[in-house]
Amino acid sequence: MPELDSYRFTRTHEWVCPQGQGEALVGISDHAQSQLGDVIFLELPTVGAHLKAGDRLGAIESVKAASDLYSPASGEVAEVNPALTATPELVNQDPYQTGWLFRLKLEGDLPAGLMDAAAYDSYAQSDPH
Amino acid sequence: MTEHVQTVPLDQVHRRLGARMVPFGGYLMPMQYSSIREEHLAVRQRAGLFDVSHMGEVTVRGPGALAYLQTLVTNDLTRLAPGRALYTVMCRDDGGIVDDLLVYQDEDGYMVVVNAACHDHDLAWMRAQLPGAEVELDDVSAATCLLAVQGPLALEILSPLAQGVDLAGIRYYHHLAGLVAGVPVRISRTGYTGEDGFELYGPAEAAGQLWDAIQLQGGPSGLLPAGLGARDTLRLEAGLRLYGQDIDETTDPISAGLGWVVKLGKGDFRGRDTLQAIATAPPRRFVGLSLEARQIARPHQLLYRNQEPVGVVTSGSFSFTLGHGIAMGSVIPGAEVEGGELEVLLRPELGQWAQATVVPLPFYRRPGS
Repeated sequence: MPELDSYRFTRTHEWVCPQGQGEALVGISDHAQSQLGDVIFLELPTVGAHLKAGDRLGAIESVKAASDLYSPASGEVAEVNPALTATPELVNQDPYQTGWLFRLKLEGDLPAGLMDAAAYDSYAQSDPH
Repeated sequence: MTEHVQTVPLDQVHRRLGARMVPFGGYLMPMQYSSIREEHLAVRQRAGLFDVSHMGEVTVRGPGALAYLQTLVTNDLTRLAPGRALYTVMCRDDGGIVDDLLVYQDEDGYMVVVNAACHDHDLAWMRAQLPGAEVELDDVSAATCLLAVQGPLALEILSPLAQGVDLAGIRYYHHLAGLVAGVPVRISRTGYTGEDGFELYGPAEAAGQLWDAIQLQGGPSGLLPAGLGARDTLRLEAGLRLYGQDIDETTDPISAGLGWVVKLGKGDFRGRDTLQAIATAPPRRFVGLSLEARQIARPHQLLYRNQEPVGVVTSGSFSFTLGHGIAMGSVIPGAEVEGGELEVLLRPELGQWAQATVVPLPFYRRPGS
């Protein structure tokens, strides 16, 4: 498990991790990928799309189900992880590193109310989903 | 489905292997050990080991057994002989499918294999139609474990464990009694994956001995324990129906594309009159659907043709072998034409659609079959 000090989590199981220069990577948590099972397909925003924190940004399809994704922060999509088109299973194998979903040019600060790794962990343990 | 969830004899083994356990058919069953993709591909390329002990087994013995079963199921059991197995369904008088079954004949009579979720209802249904003393019906589900070894290496892996049994000599849908890893089992060349393989019916208390021996023997060849997740994607590629999704009491076997197990000429049986009428003009047709790229259709999603509703998806997933979405569905007559283009309404609330082409079943046929 990588160091998750700089990761912040939503109640909908996405993470955002600032990268400096006002940018951040976005992905889904290990708990989420584990609950979803084998990821088959990701419906992700296109580069240049503007997202607002909490907006539905796309969906993730696993063998089991389709689940909506919500943006953990506001900003403009700068890059979508190109590796996921051919190997969406990276989201399962390495959700915090190579399985990132997209890079976001942040607008403003991260929203209040995001959880750090420890708080998310106890939240995820009690989450029925 | 019953509220009370039972455990299979190998429950602790699955947990030790890190399986994700889910309730299915009234049992806690392993959904996956590693990943559905890995387990699926292991079965297609090497071998997989499944615990399907949740399935129910009912023995039917006595001088009246054949006549009794003939009135119960749609297929013709006079085609069986000791050492052979047959796939069939049993229907209500209105043609609705009570369950789909495997029927084995041995020297002592018959063994009927039922779906776990249907077990209680099937037993009640079967008992209600018992003619009397000349048929003896025994539910041996709890005493029986069922392991499946499936994949191109299944024969090679099991052979050293099957003392004195010529496994290669067992033809498809044939079976015999023998020892595997010292455990007395019924060895059946059947499966639910579209691959070559064997299903082993043994005493529940020996499930661990059987499982461990097969895992140990197959491990070096790349055999993986495989769960219900891979079993579902494998059976879908093979075009095999799943009770509760593709077929149920509201579907008749002819509309579900299972007309080949309905033998109208064999004599009277439950549902025969209705099925004879349906056969002349089935109200529904069963289709295979191929989706573009990684789109996935799910059960209950509606199918359209030129904006007109024509049917419903009954099963759908991603084909790890073919690399695109596949589905099966039930449509009105006329919409089943091969090559026809249908639309699947994936997410009504988002207005998301996918194109689906009607294709022949199965989606996957193992090389050489």
